[in-house]
Amino acid sequence: MPIEVNGKSFETDEEGYLANLNDWVPEVATVMAKLENQPLTDAHWEVINFLREYYEEYQIAPAVRVLTKAIGKKLGPDKGNSKYLYELFPYGPGKQACKYAGLPKPTGCV
Amino acid sequence: MAMLHTVNKSPFERVSLDSCISMAKKGSSVLLIEDGVYGALKGTKVADKVSKAMDGITFYVLGPDLAARGMTEERIISGIKVVDYAGFVDLTTKHENFQAWL
Amino acid sequence: MAEPWEEENEGKVKKFMFINRKAPYGTIYALESLEVVLITAAFDQDVSLVFTDDGVFQIKKGQTTAGIGMKNFSPTYRALEGYDIEKLYVDKESLDARGLTAEDLIVDVEVMSRAQLADLMNEQDVVMSF
Repeated sequence: MPIEVNGKSFETDEEGYLANLNDWVPEVATVMAKLENQPLTDAHWEVINFLREYYEEYQIAPAVRVLTKAIGKKLGPDKGNSKYLYELFPYGPGKQACKYAGLPKPTGCV
Repeated sequence: MAMLHTVNKSPFERVSLDSCISMAKKGSSVLLIEDGVYGALKGTKVADKVSKAMDGITFYVLGPDLAARGMTEERIISGIKVVDYAGFVDLTTKHENFQAWL
Repeated sequence: MAEPWEEENEGKVKKFMFINRKAPYGTIYALESLEVVLITAAFDQDVSLVFTDDGVFQIKKGQTTAGIGMKNFSPTYRALEGYDIEKLYVDKESLDARGLTAEDLIVDVEVMSRAQLADLMNEQDVVMSF
């Protein structure tokens, strides 16, 4: 089902992931989060932006374990742990944060 | 009558380039595309065979397929001409007939 | 019930080897292999990758695919380290036949002889061929 952002319609797949990565603007995350009643704080944006950069560099959405480790490396151990990330994104940091960031579902995520 | 041949398979995996070279007549052209572009590289185990065949046959290689595979023009056997898609179309119109070595 | 972040993987670790023998883009093998490798890594297995024959072209530096309208997946090989996949082996004979050296590759690899690769292959529990 397409989502409406700033009066424009963006194509998504059956699980709500953005069909075209290049369509992404920050408002996409805002709209997707609103649909799931998920507030977005600076801490959420930090993870979303991190995922955008990760994808830019490696052309994949990381598995949760890899994301956790990579965040720990860049933002410190208080953020690079599963508990912190699951509290921010209760549907799973891989699935939910990747979706808001406009990335595909992480490979190996079922 | 000048014929255009295309080869789209890697010369390290298939015999398409071999067969093409042995059957292309003098004055004809060979265009390397897709995985066939590896046949245009210098310093490979097939480079000698290609260089020898260039006496009589004109070789071309498709630039976008080279770039996709991380190959730059300086790695190409000298004398092989790099063409883009428009050049590919030109080649097809300038030859009377065409054989694709799949 | 365990929280999601407390999940433990108690499965047995097996030795998986992926043998990559095809050039990228011309066929789908290289990309499919990469996907299976990433999935296998998610299960904490002992994974090693071998690049031999035209498979060595998969990790050639400088791939630029805009002109052919396909996704350049070569940067993903550099993500493998983050997945704890650090055993990347390349067949020297295949590099030589193609005029390539380890300098041409986008990731750090161990260049090996076919005899060394044969020994490694023999030690595996599972060998997958692409």
